[in-house]
Amino acid sequence: MTIQQISVFIENKPGSLVKVLEVLKQAGIQIIASTIADTVDAGIYRIICSEPVRAYQVLHDAGFSAMLTDVLALVLDNEVGRAADALRILTESGINIAYLYSFMLSGKGILILRANDADRAREVIMQNNLTFVAEKDLSGWV
Amino acid sequence: MYLHPEFETLSRSEIEKLQLERLQATVKHCMNSPLYKKRFEENHLSPDDIKSLDDLRRIPFTTKQDLRDTYPFGIASVPLEKCVRLHSSSGTTGNPTVILHTQKDLNEWANAVARCLYMVGLRPNDVFQNSSGYGMFTGGLGFQYGAERLGMLTVPAAAGNTKRQIKFITDFGTTALHAIPSYAARLYEVMCELGVDPRRDTKLKTLIIGAEPHSEEQRRRIEEMLGVKAYNSFGMSEMCGPGVAFECQCQNGLHIWEDYYIVEIVDPDTLEPVPDGEVGELVLTTINREAMPLLRYRTRDLTRVLPGDCPCGRQHKRLDRMKGRSDDMIILKGVNIFPIQIETILMQFKELATDYLITLATADSNDEMTVDVELSGFCTDDYGRLQALKREITRQLKDEILVTPNVNLVPKGSLPKSEGKAVRVKDLRKPF
Ligand SMILES: [Zn+2]
Repeated sequence: MTIQQISVFIENKPGSLVKVLEVLKQAGIQIIASTIADTVDAGIYRIICSEPVRAYQVLHDAGFSAMLTDVLALVLDNEVGRAADALRILTESGINIAYLYSFMLSGKGILILRANDADRAREVIMQNNLTFVAEKDLSGWV
Repeated sequence: MYLHPEFETLSRSEIEKLQLERLQATVKHCMNSPLYKKRFEENHLSPDDIKSLDDLRRIPFTTKQDLRDTYPFGIASVPLEKCVRLHSSSGTTGNPTVILHTQKDLNEWANAVARCLYMVGLRPNDVFQNSSGYGMFTGGLGFQYGAERLGMLTVPAAAGNTKRQIKFITDFGTTALHAIPSYAARLYEVMCELGVDPRRDTKLKTLIIGAEPHSEEQRRRIEEMLGVKAYNSFGMSEMCGPGVAFECQCQNGLHIWEDYYIVEIVDPDTLEPVPDGEVGELVLTTINREAMPLLRYRTRDLTRVLPGDCPCGRQHKRLDRMKGRSDDMIILKGVNIFPIQIETILMQFKELATDYLITLATADSNDEMTVDVELSGFCTDDYGRLQALKREITRQLKDEILVTPNVNLVPKGSLPKSEGKAVRVKDLRKPF
């Protein structure tokens, strides 16, 4: 139920994102979702992509400071209130969310989240029969 | 263990006796120099007045400005036809400076450099690669002639082209490399990118580093990266170039060759001598030079004479690593700061790489310091962790330099890389 996300440390400077994206393009890696917050001097660019391990390797080889992180990926029906339902379940079980972002894929909502206690979050997801994305599903998306 | 035992094993009293003889001969010889002849006359001084080493202090200082004012040949003590080489350093302001050499000067210079290299354990069967710029920059030809004099196979790789540099190291079995510290770190980065493991794939064992101030932490880090012993070298073009002072295998201070130079350390403000162990400006008198001896030359480099004896047995004085140049000192909000202090703190963080840039700027009529520092391979997915790292660096810097800098963590490789001396300080402050 966890998938691998790449985090790349980048400077808040014109061209920083392009450099990362060019490397992934050259390697033929497709980005499924990505997010970055506005920051003052430097930031962490988070990417979900087709082959995270290879993507990490090519970024690392190109000199980027990058790392792989396990994140939870929930699948939600495309209906009003599903994200609220899922988060309420996690919150009531005492799980804090460090960050979260979402996107649509094949008519479903995908919620990427990083929880403070990943093991507990996994338990809660299983107990409540929430649908999640597994690593192997990623390649099927592209 | 000594290349020149007749000079390296002299006792203090023997050194001083030799120095006085050479000083007296030098001063006499300097009366052929238009500048010194005039200086001595103006000060009612005659070469015969120099009866002891203490009398040296009766001679006025020579400054970089003197070199500029007499550009190009106004200090020379021999006719130009006796000279075989000149080196010139470009000045950012005013005239450049010129140093002339006779054949004897080049010969003695090569001897001094060879003595240094031998002292750190290099022998004729070593392969010496020099990544200094050649041409006017004295680190090129200076090390070239010295390494050849010692009898090593010498590779004049010159500056730049890092991949080719690494290919030479692996193909030619380079065992000793001369590089400025920032470039040594750069070589390691590129080796990593190329999959070259310096321990496994090269024969490197000795690194000669100099030409830019660096901290002990940076030296240890470079040694660790490349799997070598790194020895600190001190030279300056006004004193020929490399070979002035060099660390022995004890790596604790740089022996300055007192058969070539008389050392004084003076307070840069009062110009009075400071006791051994106290930091001041290094003042050097050349006593083994023909074309262009310099008397009491103010080097602008700040250092101190290390008290006590060196376990290696040499009685030639040891200089502490350079604290920076009196011109390099940053004055911010009335506080004196040396870039090396900042570097020493930064190098203690393993999350950080070796490159950094100090920028001074004026914001809202307030002078501020910003320190951009590259992360090493370190990465985190956690903004909190980044913030904590920044806070800790800021706190430690403030404890050291007494002003609070803005610290920016920047990705590896994002600061401008130079093949020459690394630019560490940018001063963008508005003058009043
Ligand atoms: Zn020694």
